[in-house]
Order: sequence, then C-alpha cells, then structure tokens
Amino acid sequence: MLKSRTIRSWYWVHKWSSLVCTVFLLMLCLTGLPLIFRDEIDAAFGHDAPAAELPESTPDASLDRIVAEGRQRYPQEYVRSLFWDEDRPHVVNLFLAAGPDTDDPARNRFMAFDARTAQLLDEHQPSLDFMSVMLRLHEELFLDLPGELFLGLMGLLFVASIVSGVVVYGPFMRKLEFGTVRRDKSRRVRWLDLHNLLGIATLLWTLVVGATGVMNTLATPLFGLWRAQALPVLLAQYRGKPMPEVAQFGSVDQAVASARQALPGNEIGSVVFPTARFGSPRHYIIWTRGQTPVTSRLFTPVLVDVQTNALTQAQGLPWYLRALEVSRPLHFGDYGGLPLKIIWALLDVVAIEVLGSGLYLWLARRKSPIEARIAEIERGEVNAFETAQVPTP
Amino acid sequence: MRTTEAAASPRRSTAWRVFRIPALLAAVSIFGLISALLGDGIWNGLSWVALGVPLLVVAYFSLKRASG
Repeated sequence: MLKSRTIRSWYWVHKWSSLVCTVFLLMLCLTGLPLIFRDEIDAAFGHDAPAAELPESTPDASLDRIVAEGRQRYPQEYVRSLFWDEDRPHVVNLFLAAGPDTDDPARNRFMAFDARTAQLLDEHQPSLDFMSVMLRLHEELFLDLPGELFLGLMGLLFVASIVSGVVVYGPFMRKLEFGTVRRDKSRRVRWLDLHNLLGIATLLWTLVVGATGVMNTLATPLFGLWRAQALPVLLAQYRGKPMPEVAQFGSVDQAVASARQALPGNEIGSVVFPTARFGSPRHYIIWTRGQTPVTSRLFTPVLVDVQTNALTQAQGLPWYLRALEVSRPLHFGDYGGLPLKIIWALLDVVAIEVLGSGLYLWLARRKSPIEARIAEIERGEVNAFETAQVPTP
Repeated sequence: MRTTEAAASPRRSTAWRVFRIPALLAAVSIFGLISALLGDGIWNGLSWVALGVPLLVVAYFSLKRASG
C-alpha cells in the first residue's frame, strides 16, 4: 500500500502532532463534556423568574422604557446590549458594562425584564461558577485571545493527527479484520487495537468537531476583519462630527421597527448599542436571524444611525462569517434535541479513550527503533507494535 | 469492473478491504451530522440513528468476547 519511507513520515506526523496536542485535547474533551449540557444545567440550577402570565395578544412594552429603567437604576453604567431571552419567552435582557469600550468585569451586569410589563424580573453579575470556569478553560485557558488562538493551533495539530492516524491505520490493519481486539495478547496490543478501532469508527465526528472548534477560535479575528471591511465606508460621512452622547441616542423601538421593516422574514435577536470595540460607534446594530432550522443559524445585522434612526445597512455577512455560523452547531451538538447531546457526550467519551490510549501507547512504547517496526510492517508481519509478543515463524 | 480491478491490483484491493467499513461509517456519520441541520422532527431522528451507528460499532467490537 505505502512505501516504508512514506509510512515512516506519516507515523512521525501522527506521533508528534498527537504528542503536542494530547494534553490540551484531553482538557478540551473533559471541559466540553459538561458544556454540551450547558442549557440543561443552567435551567436546572438557575432560578430565573418567568415573565408574567398574560394573554398571548398582550402587546410588548416599549424597549425605550426598559432601557431607561436600566439606566436609571445604574446611572454610572452603559447599556451595551439588549437581547431577547432564548429560554424564557417574553423576557428581554439588558447587558450593562463600565462603558461603551471599557471593560471592567466587576461592573458587568445582566438585568432581565418582562417584555410586556417592563417589570424588572431579576438581575445578576456574572460570577465565576463551575460552568463559566469550564467555558473559559475550554475557550481560552483564561488567557483571552492569545489563549483562543493557541487552542486553535492545538486543534489544527489534532486535525493533523487524525488525518495521519487514518493513513497509518492502513498498514496496521493489513492483516487484521475490522474491529479486531486481540485480548489474548499483551495489554499494549489490546490497547493498540482499541485505539485503532475507536479512532477509526468515530473518525468523522472527531474530525468535524475538531475542525469546527478551530474555526470557532477564529471568531474574534474574523469579526474584526468584517468590521474593518464594512465599517470605514459607513463611518466616513461622520468624520469630524462629535460622538453622540447617550442622551442623544434615538429610539430603540424605532431602530428595531426599521430592522423589522428591512427584513420582515427575520426574527430580532439583539440590539448592540454604540461601541467602537464590539460594533459601530455611530449605530445601533440589530442582529436578526432567519426562522427555518438552517437560516436560524445565519445572522444578518441591520445598522441604524443611532441619532437619526435612519436605516444604514441591512445585508448578510461575508462567507467567512457564514462558515463560522454554520460551524457552531456542528461543534456544540445543540441542533438535534437532547438525544443528539447525549450522542455528542458519548462520542466525546470515546474521543477521551482514543487520546488516553494513544498517550498510554507512547508511554509504554517498545524500546526498538522505528526503523525496525517499519521493516516489520513492510515484511507483512502481523503488526509492528506487537512483534515482541508474537513468535516469528 | 471492481473484480477485474481488484484482480489487476492486489494493493488496491487491500486498501479497499481495510478501508471499506471505515468509509461506510464515515458516510453514515456525515449523513447524521447534516440531517439534523436540515430540519427538525424526522431529520433529528435520522440523525440520532446515523450517529448512533459508530457508537454501536465501537460498543460491539470492544465488548465482544474473544473468539479464537
């Protein structure tokens, strides 16, 4: 099938790409396990008050009233965004921070309002609980963007180790039936067989979750790229004009109405208030999404001038952000109900076994040089890694 | 067609023998991953079944008693 030189190169790639990334991948698989059930865990331990029970025909309260209420309670803070709760119907949340562009985690705050009565339901400041520790480890190792990009690099190595693993699977399995687990041989041989079986059987899922994970680590730079491409054109007309004060901000209700009118088929998800770092300094950005299973993953931002409420732009995101949006559910496994999440978790456990057995195989490796093993594969002996246990004919 | 190719090229037939089941499992997994994206209801059900296949294969072979 493959020349021994080629096998040796691929084996080298498999060994080193795996060795470098395995510890981080084990961490990602372990922290990812509770994160698969994040919504369920939050719902079980959260005690968020639901909106008042009112007839379905009850109209929504004014968003401006809700925003004013938030500002009145916390006059020092800046309302950075408003978003409709995905788990609680008829609930609108405000996110308040130290300023439009300044970050002080100790001052971040979420306030939940009944969308129809504008009553404050509850408020909380994000705390470092178990799930947020899991999330921060999984996303960025508590190192922000550098941590994200580092994990992305580890993910790339993981993808390389999967691909090279498939290539070396060929020569390893030449004399073996699919699924062979030799229990009568040494522990090492048994684990090698399990490593091969588990790895090859779940290959595609692992590859997709790995690759979409890498894609997710690029979220920050990709959104930055989009903003760098889209915003300068839109902001050119404001050059030299003073930044609008909060008191000069136009109506949120009107901005949302403009977005609804521009994209009548879409659902409104959130409104990002003016910010130079995360949105536009001169616009409300209203994030909308489609309503079919596929298009509900695809967001379209609507930009509305924050002072005049004039509709500035409503167009789909570029391909690289579309790719990012589609890659998210494929990484999270949150798009097919609870059974899919359970399958995700089981596949994650299999991935942990593949990583763990790979590490064990390396730690318990034979002391013979790889050349000897390659030669054994070439001669067609049963398996290069078990020759110590197999009597040669 | 396939049999003549296999006869002409033993190398190719080895690759086919080693990789046919993994290729089949990969195809079933792709279907499972995509189907739940395309729709709800029956599509979710098909996705659970399809993605359950590699798990069942893993469980069957790793728990199977040693046979000869």
